[in-house]
Amino acid sequence: MKMTGAQILCESLVREEVEVMFGILGGSILPFYDTIPQYPQLRHILVRHEQAAAHAADGYARVTGKVGVCLATSGPGATNLVTGIANAYLDSVPLVAITGQVARPFIGKDAFQEIDITGITLPITKHNYIVLDVSSLAEIVKEAFYLARSGRPGPVLIDMPRDVQIDQAEFHYPSRVVLPGYKPTLQGHSAQIKKAAKLINEAERPLVIAGRGIIISRAYNELKQLAEMAQIAVVTTLLGISCFPESHILSLGMLGMHGMAYANMAVDAADVIIAIGMRFDDRATAKVSAFAPHARIIHIDIDPAEIGKNVRVDVPIVGDVKAVLSELNKLVISAEHVDWLRQLDDWRKEHPSIGIRDSEGLLPQYVIRQIYEVTKGEAIIVTGVGQNQMWAAQHYWYNKPNSFISSGGLGTMGFELPAAMGAKVGCPEEIVWCIAGDGGFQMTIQELATIVKEKVAVKIAIIDNGFLGMVRQWQEMFYGRRYVATPLSGPDFVKVAEAYGLPGLRVTRREEVVPAIEQAMEYQGPFLIDFVVEPEENVYPMVLPGASLAEVLEEPKGEVTLWPRRSTP
Amino acid sequence: MATTKHTLVALVENKPGVLNRMASLFRRRGFNIESIAVGLSEVPHLSRMTIVVDGSTAMVEQVRKQLDKVIDVVRVSDITGDNTIARELALIKVKATSSTRSEIIEIVDIFRASIVDVAPDSLTIEITGDEEKINSLFNLLRSFGIREISRTGRIAMVRGTSGSLSAEKGYPRLVTDTKQSKGHLSREL
Repeated sequence: MKMTGAQILCESLVREEVEVMFGILGGSILPFYDTIPQYPQLRHILVRHEQAAAHAADGYARVTGKVGVCLATSGPGATNLVTGIANAYLDSVPLVAITGQVARPFIGKDAFQEIDITGITLPITKHNYIVLDVSSLAEIVKEAFYLARSGRPGPVLIDMPRDVQIDQAEFHYPSRVVLPGYKPTLQGHSAQIKKAAKLINEAERPLVIAGRGIIISRAYNELKQLAEMAQIAVVTTLLGISCFPESHILSLGMLGMHGMAYANMAVDAADVIIAIGMRFDDRATAKVSAFAPHARIIHIDIDPAEIGKNVRVDVPIVGDVKAVLSELNKLVISAEHVDWLRQLDDWRKEHPSIGIRDSEGLLPQYVIRQIYEVTKGEAIIVTGVGQNQMWAAQHYWYNKPNSFISSGGLGTMGFELPAAMGAKVGCPEEIVWCIAGDGGFQMTIQELATIVKEKVAVKIAIIDNGFLGMVRQWQEMFYGRRYVATPLSGPDFVKVAEAYGLPGLRVTRREEVVPAIEQAMEYQGPFLIDFVVEPEENVYPMVLPGASLAEVLEEPKGEVTLWPRRSTP
Repeated sequence: MATTKHTLVALVENKPGVLNRMASLFRRRGFNIESIAVGLSEVPHLSRMTIVVDGSTAMVEQVRKQLDKVIDVVRVSDITGDNTIARELALIKVKATSSTRSEIIEIVDIFRASIVDVAPDSLTIEITGDEEKINSLFNLLRSFGIREISRTGRIAMVRGTSGSLSAEKGYPRLVTDTKQSKGHLSREL
C-alpha cells in the first residue's frame, strides 16, 4: 500500500520506538504535523521556542539513553534549533532533528522561510540529510537513528521538503543499514588492552579520570570493579559526574578549573592515568602542557579522533568503554596502593574544597547542599551554565548513576529548563530539579508555559544573585571589578511563575531554605523557588586561565593578576 | 612545528555534499588545501579523492581522523612517504611565432608532452607528470610568454599490487547488522 511521506515518517518513528517529540510547527512541516494524530503512540509536546525543543530532546535522551526527537519548520524554525543541536553535538547526545523545508521546486530560490539548514548544521551534526525522493525516506530515517545512537552518539538532522511529505511511495522499513563509511570500533585491541593492564599493574600512583563515556556506555559496574579491585581512585570530568558514586571512598570528585583541589593534585601527582570516555577538554586539563607531568596515560575512547587530539597518550585503546573495561578487568590484578591512597586522603583532609563558609547571608552553596539533603541525593539535577552549574556540581553529591545533566561542551545558558522538562518527560517517576541562574533562566523562561500546559512536574531552583555571575567573577578577578554588563535587574520570578500558572516562592534567608524545598517536593506539579543569594559569592576552588591543575586556588585572595594577561575568558 | 606537504587519498561515497563536508573540516582547522582532485573509482558509487595539504604530521593526522568520521567517507589514508606514483596534468597555452614555434616543439618533445592545439600565434601543450616536471616545463616556456595555464590537482596511488585504498578491499563489510549492534547499544539503565 502506498503512503505519503508524512505517513512514512510517522511509521518509521514508531518503528524506532519514539514515544515523544518536542517541536513547533509551521507551513513547511504542516503535512507531517497533520498526520501525527493518526499515530497516537507519538506524543507531541509543543514548546514555545525551537531551541527548547532541541534541549528538551537532549535532556530526554541523556536520562533515557534513547534517541531524542525534535521538530521544527523551515527557515527560522530550523535556525532556532541550531544552538540545541550544537549543544548535543559537543556533549555526544543522540538526537534526531526533523525540519520542514520548502517544496523542492522552490529550493535554491530564496523562497519564503527557505534556509540551507543542512549546510548550516554540517559542522554540528554527526550527519545530515535532505530528503529529495520519498522512496528513500524510510532508509534515511533508519540510518539517522542508527547513526545518532551508535558509536559516539550525536545529533542527526533530516530536512524534509514540504512536497516530499505529500508524495507517495510504498512503505518498507529496512532491517539493515548500508553505511560503508561507518563502522564504529567496539572491541578494544587486545594487545593494547594487555599493555594497559601491564601499566596499571606496575603503577604506584594510578588514577582514573572518568568521563561521560562511562554513562553513555552504562559501564558503571565495570568502572567500579576496576577501581575497587586495583584500589584506584577515581576523578570525573564535569560530564562524568554521577558515573561513579561520589560517596565512595575511592571517589575524588570532579577535576578541572573548578574541580576539587585534591582531585587536581591527584592528577598532577599520578604516575599512571586511565582516562576513560573523556576528551581532555581545556576546562578539565587546565594548562595542557603541564597536564599530568608524571603520568603515563592510557586513553580509552570510542572515537579514534579523540586519541592524541589534546594530550600525548601512551596507550590508546579505541572501543566502547564497557567492552574495553570488561576485558581490561580480566587482566588487572588486585592491588592496595596504600601509601598513595593515604596521600590522597591527606590531601582531601587538608584541602576540603567544598566547605561552606559561615555567613549571615544566604549562600548559593548552602542552597544546593540543602537540596541534596532534602532529596536525599535521589534527584536528577539539571543545571544551567556558570556559577549555578559549578555549585551544583560541587555541593550536591551524586551517588545515583546518570543523575547530573548539564551542558558541558557548548556551555549553553538556557539549557536548564527545557532539558529538565525533557528529563522529567523521559523519567516521570524521578524527581527532577532544575538548578538555574537568574541569567540563563531568562533565556528559555517561556518554557514555563510548556511545563504547566503539559503538567511536567519539574522543581525549579533559581540561584538568583542579580548578576551574570560567572562573568562577574572574572570581572572581579581579572578586570578590576568593573562590572560591565553583568548586573541583571531580573523580573519578579515569583510573579512570573504566577503569570504562567505555577506556584512560586521567594527565599532570602537560610532558615527558609529547607521548608521551601520541602514545600516544592510535596507539591504535585511544577514549582519554582527564587533563592535570592549573596550577589558576589565566587566559585572556588579555581584554576586560573593559563595555570596548571597543580596551581589550584582554594579560596578568595583579593584581586588576582592574570598572567599572561588575557583579554577573553 | 615543521610543516610538510601531505598527500591524503580518500575513498568517498559519490553523494552531493561530500566535498563540502570534507572541505569544511580543513577550513575549520585553518588548513589550506593545496590541491584536490576527485574522480570516479573502480566501484560505481564511490569516488576517489586526492588531497594535498601543508601541515605538521600531528595536525594532518588529526584531520585525517576527522575526515574518517565523515559518514560518507569510506576510508582515508595519508600516503605521504609511501612508495607512490603521483601525477598532475597541465594545459599550457604559450605564445608562439613562426620563429619560436620550432623551439617550443623541441622543448615539448624533450618533456614527452604533446601539442593539442595550434593557433597562428599560440600553441597549447598538454603535459602529464609530477609537479616538478610540470614546473620545469613551465619555467622553460615562460620566456616565450604564457597566455594561460590550467593544472589539475595531484592524483596519487601506492605502487605495487596491494592497493592501500582499493575499493574492493574491505568493501564486503559494508552491511552493518543493526540488530546485532542494537543489543549492545541500547543497554538498559
